[in-house]
Amino acid sequence: MLRRTFLGLLGAAGASAALATPAKAANKHFGPHPDTHGVLFDATRCIGCRQCEQACNEVNELPAPAKPFDDLTVLDVERRTDDKTYTVVNKYQTSKGVFFRKNQCNHCLEPACASACFVKAFKKQPNGAVTYDASVCVGCRYCMVACPFSIPTYEYDEPLTPRVRKCTMCYPRLQEGKLPGCVERCPKEALTFGLREELIKIARKRIETYPDRYVDHIYGEHEMGGTSWMYLSGVPFSEIGMREDLGTASAPELTAGPLAAVPIVVGLWPVLLGGIYAVSQRNAKVANEERVKAVKDALRRAGDEAEKKLHEELGKAEQASQRRIEVEVKKAVEEALAPKEEDAGTNEEES
Amino acid sequence: MSVETTAVAKKSLFTPFNLIATVILIAGLVVTVMRFTGGLGTVTNLDQNNPWGLWIGFDLLCGVALAAGGYTTSAACYLFGLKRYHAGVRPAILTAFLGYALVVFALGYDVGRPWRLPYPIFVQQGTTSLLFEVGLCVMIYLSVLFVEFTPALFEWLGMKKIRNIVVKATLALTILGVILSTLHQSSLGALYTIVPSKLHPLWYSQYLPVFFFVSSICAGLSMVIFEGTLSHKPMHHLMDKEYLDNHDGLILGFGKAASLVLFGYFAIKVIGLAYDNNWHYLATGYGAWFLVEMLGFVALPSFLYAVGVRDKNLTVIRWAAGLTVLGIIVNRFNISMVAFNYQLPAAQRYFPSWGEITISLFVVTIGVLAFRFISTKMPIFYEHPDYKGEH
Ligand code: SF4
Ligand code: SF4
Repeated sequence: MLRRTFLGLLGAAGASAALATPAKAANKHFGPHPDTHGVLFDATRCIGCRQCEQACNEVNELPAPAKPFDDLTVLDVERRTDDKTYTVVNKYQTSKGVFFRKNQCNHCLEPACASACFVKAFKKQPNGAVTYDASVCVGCRYCMVACPFSIPTYEYDEPLTPRVRKCTMCYPRLQEGKLPGCVERCPKEALTFGLREELIKIARKRIETYPDRYVDHIYGEHEMGGTSWMYLSGVPFSEIGMREDLGTASAPELTAGPLAAVPIVVGLWPVLLGGIYAVSQRNAKVANEERVKAVKDALRRAGDEAEKKLHEELGKAEQASQRRIEVEVKKAVEEALAPKEEDAGTNEEES
Repeated sequence: MSVETTAVAKKSLFTPFNLIATVILIAGLVVTVMRFTGGLGTVTNLDQNNPWGLWIGFDLLCGVALAAGGYTTSAACYLFGLKRYHAGVRPAILTAFLGYALVVFALGYDVGRPWRLPYPIFVQQGTTSLLFEVGLCVMIYLSVLFVEFTPALFEWLGMKKIRNIVVKATLALTILGVILSTLHQSSLGALYTIVPSKLHPLWYSQYLPVFFFVSSICAGLSMVIFEGTLSHKPMHHLMDKEYLDNHDGLILGFGKAASLVLFGYFAIKVIGLAYDNNWHYLATGYGAWFLVEMLGFVALPSFLYAVGVRDKNLTVIRWAAGLTVLGIIVNRFNISMVAFNYQLPAAQRYFPSWGEITISLFVVTIGVLAFRFISTKMPIFYEHPDYKGEH
């Protein structure tokens, strides 16, 4: 985690660490809590009787379904949970025959919904349940976008007070020391409630004892950073409608990078932009100075030129006047001499 | 108001634009009533698998990206010292302010309990959420944009003193604006980093925040050109000499920048593709669509911009701008709708309902009307005579 340390240091150094540090810290503290409980679902035991669905409906006081719970024809089409159904059982035709699989919130150890919610309406409780508080929910539905299992659902028909709905692992019943409704009702013990650590041990044991019956994988042990609900199956999980490409990175891990970038931007940008501004100001100043200097130079040059021209002109004028004087003098001399010559001439003629 | 203006107003009341706008406004009001009496389910095609539709994909993602002209223009002018773009700042700021205001307005339809929108900031802060960051930044930035817009308002109202105070804060506001924009533009992309299993690999990337940020710059530059072109004709009589003189220069400058940034965006998208080694997806149907986006809406406009700038051909540049704006919409739609939930069977995929389309048109129409109203009343395209040449 060298990169994280590095970013953390930078973040701490930045003036903006205030915003990001708690974000990062909280980001990593959803769990797991030592008291984390969960449920192990064993697909090889489930018979698709829909008793768990009925129990869930009763303990959560949900509206009656369109078709009664003992009507098994609903299993013919794959269903999903909705705002009036927190859990569904689906039937799958697989390479090893028919299998059933129960679906509900998996109560992730580091829940995507909780890390995505911008009012912290979701909470990972110490006992493992992921609960929801409608009294602060804004209804942005980012939790629904974020959940890799597409579990949270929404009351789209509620105009003013819609809530997000999902399985709570029967949090209120757990507080009273009771089992989750579905677990209590299951006639085949396909559902086992307990400490998550214990459940993993139980699951391992079953796989070891019946290697032919199970695929060697506990779904939920590591998926998306681990979940409180875990699954055992006799066929590859993709055959019972579960995605096997989710990876092991938890949702908070996926968003840690972008969140860590926040303090960098807040810390670094003003400096960079200030620098750019200073450079551009300096450029403008230099350009301005150069312009001023150029103007001065030009003026000076123009001045010099003008003076030179003046000199030339003066010289020329002097020459011209000189010439004019010369001409005048010459003229005057000529004029002065002329009569004399005339006189002389006449004199000569006379004499 | 003088007789003359009333006469003008009367004459232009029944233009095709006004008629269409009226129809959209009425339809929008009807859907509004339906939304707040019957719930989201009665007017949208949203469902348990598709919690976000057109209102997030268009109103939020595209709205915010296309309003990026505000920070790009003011940064170019005040930070990078490109003073000759000054005339473009006010229209860009106004567009951005209206854009963000409408984003928030549109969110009022989409979120379940809109009056609780301040909760994440004032009641309980979900700091681990990227949406929290988006919300916080958008809220602050909207206020910053409002303040940046107020000089025009105060000039119009003749409030000199306060106007001068705000103008003095321009630099600080611009820097703040750029920081906030960087953060929330990229966070919108980062929203999707949480769903590697739901977004098609060709669009999913750890670099999504960077992609969103860089493409928002392209969007901002292109929107300024695009919208300058749109408002040129109807607003021409309002534009002063400074605006008109600088407008062509602004288009050329922004076109050059857009060409470069688009090219850079193309390059980092390819790097992203290579980094995740997703080449083999290119041979699929999604791959073909990805190539259309990359070649038709990124590479092509980048090239067109370059040609237009080289030849000083404003028409080509304008086409490039239009194509880029469209490309941004295509990209945001792909991420929020087309490539999202790609694993679901076709029957469970989302397509917007008429109600959703109506509200989106409604919001855009309000924006255009507000822009038209403000820019005909206030000094947006021209300098107020009292403050001429002050900058
Ligand atoms: S399965 Fe989904 S809803 Fe349940 S805790 Fe995990 S992320 Fe939240
Ligand atoms: S819909 Fe409610 S619970 Fe879900 S993320 Fe938004 S505010 Fe949180």
